Amino acid sequence: MTTGQSNRKFVTIASNSTAVERLCSRLLAEAAENHYCEDHLFAIHLALEEALMNAAKHGNEMDPKKEVAVEYAITPEKFDISISDQGPGFNPGTLPDPRSEENLYKYEGRGVLLMRSYMDVVEFNEKGNCVHMIKYRAPQS
Amino acid sequence: MKERIPPVGIAYSGGVTVATLTYERILEDADLRTLEKTILPIVEPDIKLVMDFSSVQFLTSAALGLLIRISKKVRENQGQMSLCGIQPKIMEVFKITQLDRVFDIQPDVPAGLRAVQGQVSES
Repeated sequence: MTTGQSNRKFVTIASNSTAVERLCSRLLAEAAENHYCEDHLFAIHLALEEALMNAAKHGNEMDPKKEVAVEYAITPEKFDISISDQGPGFNPGTLPDPRSEENLYKYEGRGVLLMRSYMDVVEFNEKGNCVHMIKYRAPQS
Repeated sequence: MKERIPPVGIAYSGGVTVATLTYERILEDADLRTLEKTILPIVEPDIKLVMDFSSVQFLTSAALGLLIRISKKVRENQGQMSLCGIQPKIMEVFKITQLDRVFDIQPDVPAGLRAVQGQVSES
């Protein structure tokens, strides 16, 4: 379901990887229409996949009764998105660094690092169940 | 319509197992499960495994986790494993996560074959 006013849109999706992939395709198509370059589309795609799958998998635990809520605005200037889940949240400040020697061989825990690496803004709400990300189309000085 | 070809092709060359990833994007859990079910069972003692990524244009951290799982099983079996043909954008993901320190990464399949066969290879 999508609602919205002006260029801010709202959508909710089911907590599964098919719904995540469908929404990613749709948002990337909108970004491409706004002339984002290939590198930016790759960056946005990766951050979106990581954030949406985090919400569906870790936040909502793939519970079919829970949804992932997405609010976004895609303009020629920036790709701005907030992704919320219905989970208990987490403290991003306590996430272990996946690049440290003791974590390097762990199977999980790299999503937030990739989101931070590829987006210009990544911030979580206090509860830790909503992430806000921005990618500027032009490099920020 | 999503392609129906298997996500990985397995071939054997001079005692080396070459796993060629066929999908451009490794995204869905189902794809990862299929990859895992295809590759993990072929990891036998002393395996020499080359994974060819030249078709892969996009992957997520879930795929990285699977690669670590595969490399762990290869190590437990005293095997050798190389990744090759990694596109520049994907290579950046390996560098950001510092997994380029974990995996032996070679430019192409011939270099991967040489690496797992214990021959000196410049990457």
